[in-house]
Parts: sequence; structure tokens; C-alpha cells
Amino acid sequence: MSFFERLRGRKRSADSAKERLQLVLVHDRTDITPAVLEALKDDLLTTISRHVEIDPAAVHIALERDGRAQRLIADIPLRSVSRRRSG
Amino acid sequence: MSTVLTIGSGKGGVGKTTAVANLAVALAAAGEKVVCIDGDIGLRNLDVIMGLENRIVYDLVDVVEGRCRLRQAMIRDKHLPELYLIPAAQTRDKSAVSPSDMVRLCDELRGEYDWILIDSPAGIERGFKNAIAPADRVVVVTNPEVSAVRDADRVIGILEAEEKDTPSLVINRLNPAMVKRHDMLSADDVVDLLAVKVIGIVPEDDDVIVAANRGTPVALDPKSRAGQAFRNIAQRLKGVDVPFMALDDQGNLWQRLFAGRK
Ligand SMILES: Nc1ncnc2c1ncn2[C@@H]1O[C@H](COP(=O)(O)OP(=O)(O)OP(=O)(O)O)[C@@H](O)[C@H]1O
Ligand SMILES: [Mg+2]
Repeated sequence: MSFFERLRGRKRSADSAKERLQLVLVHDRTDITPAVLEALKDDLLTTISRHVEIDPAAVHIALERDGRAQRLIADIPLRSVSRRRSG
Repeated sequence: MSTVLTIGSGKGGVGKTTAVANLAVALAAAGEKVVCIDGDIGLRNLDVIMGLENRIVYDLVDVVEGRCRLRQAMIRDKHLPELYLIPAAQTRDKSAVSPSDMVRLCDELRGEYDWILIDSPAGIERGFKNAIAPADRVVVVTNPEVSAVRDADRVIGILEAEEKDTPSLVINRLNPAMVKRHDMLSADDVVDLLAVKVIGIVPEDDDVIVAANRGTPVALDPKSRAGQAFRNIAQRLKGVDVPFMALDDQGNLWQRLFAGRK
């Protein structure tokens, strides 16, 4: 990598390779494409919103690797009651 | 006790045949009785890498179809008396052999030999299924490159689905200088991504090509880095705990200087 590239903050190629592979392998192993994951997220949001108030933009749903196993991790911040009342 | 060990990869050209030839000579040189089977029907190669191409009379398909006895298709190595090769057929395709043929053939060899090494073809179809059917252990070869790692993961997934024991990994053609400047995945990166145990790291080494030209696997060359790496893997296969060699440039340079070569 040249000095110029470094100045512009370009990532080393091995780091790109690892990051890209991390994503590709999770999707290969589960057969869940990014599109399927998006659809799943939408359904999940609709269902949860029926029961509790959430901020859709704050929801984070992702596939994560744990050794050779995969997990679906959902992080869904709940709006606090006080804020709901005042808002 | 015999161990049937299959070498696979998914992606082609990563070094399966090189690994089989080298592990075979390293094990045989260490006093083990070894038979290797070239499972790459139609693209026979293990014979030339081992330098035995002129001795072939019968092949794997001849055995399976009953044209000869198993012993008649076993070619004895030029240097190591306890090393044999069963070559692939060149003019047939993978469908000439079935997984149960391979199991039967290996059962016939079990007991008499310590190691039966099978060179799997690339891909995940019939030839690969044939190669893994009789396997007690599988070694997956990969290179520190995105496509090879991805395909290795597929192969590991298939082995898990077939309820084989978790395979171990050989990372071949690692270029320490490229790893150092972060332009190649490191061995740790690859192990972290694939989450299986690594049994060997083999550096990129011109000696491998020179050895292939001559038909004398690099594991027989005491000075070669790749040869040392393959000998270490053979020891680990036997259950000996061998430390991984340092693969930094400097070590390489020093070794080459003092060995007075290149
Ligand atoms: N450690 C190494 N250093 C340098 N060259 C290597 C190394 N390992 C393998 N090669 C070269 O890479 C090429 C492919 O190796 P090889 O034929 O063993 O791969 P393969 O996985 O058996 O291929 P195929 O999928 O076609 O059967 C050969 O030219 C070989 O000499
Ligand atoms: Mg091959």
C-alpha cells in the first residue's frame, strides 16, 4: 500500500478479505441471503411493534458466527415508558 | 490399525495431490506402510508427482471392474519399499467407481497397511463423494485466498452433514512476506474463519515445482521449507506433537544463506 493510499485510509487487503469472508461464510452456512435477512427483520419488527413500542431504526438484527455454529442475534432497544408519556 | 485418510479441498489446484505425495513419502520414510490411491479419475496426476508414471499397468477402475487383482494395480515406489500407489484411470470418468467400491477396496487394504491416503478430485460431486466414503479422517487443504477458504468451508460443512469427524486443515502456499504486509490472510485468520484444527502450514516454495518436475516429492529434500512442513504434518498425523515452524522471511533468508543455496 502506498503512502498516498494510507493517507486516504484504505484498508489492507487481508483485512478486507477477512471481513468479506466472515459475511460470506455465515450466509453460505445458513443459506440465509441478505435479502432473506431483510425480510425476516421486517416481519420481526411488525410482530414486535404490535405488542411494544420500538424504534425501528435502532433495531439491529444480524447473523453471527460462534465457532462452526451460527446465531441469529437481535438487539431491539425498547422505548422507556417515561419517554413515551412525555413524547 | 490402519487409517484411511482422504485429502480434499473443494477448490481445484490448492495442493491436494502435492500434499498426498508428500505425506505419503514422509510417512513411509518414517517407517509406516503406506498405500496412496489417486481418486481423480480422468485427471490422473499423483503418478507423475511421485515419479511412477512409467510403471503403470493396471489402475483403480481395472480393480473395481475385476480386470485385475488389487495387488496387480499397486505400484511400488522407486525409493521407499513400503510405499505403493494405486493410479487413477485416465480414460474413464468418476462414475466408473462408486462410494461402496471405495469402501470395499479400502477394507481389503486395511490391516496390512498403516495408512491409506486418498487424493480427492476438486469439487463436491461424485469423485469427492467416492474419496470420502471410506475415510476415517479427512484433511482439507486450502490456500490463504478468499475463494479457496470459502470452498474449504463448504467441504467442511458437507463432512459435518455426512457425520464424518471434524476434518483438520492444511494451509498451503502461505507467503510470509505478503502476510507481513497484510496483503494475505494469515494462518490465524484462516483458522479463525474456518474454526477447525490446523494440522499444518506449508509455505509457498519454488522447491515444490522443482520436485514435481523431477517426480521426487519435496518432503525427501531435507533442506526444503515446504518439505519440512510436510514432514511435520506426517509426524502430527502419527500423533507426535511437533511445534509449528516460524515462517517469517528472515528465518527463510538465514536458512537459505547458511544452507548455501539459491
Ligand atoms: N507450497 C507450494 N509452493 C509452491 N507451489 C505449490 C505449492 N503447493 C502446490 N504448488 C503447486 O500448485 C499447483 C497445484 O498443486 P496440486 O496439483 O497439488 O493441486 P491439486 O489440489 O491436487 O489440484 P487439482 O484440484 O487439479 O487436483 C502445482 O503446480 C504445484 O506444484
Ligand atoms: Mg490433484
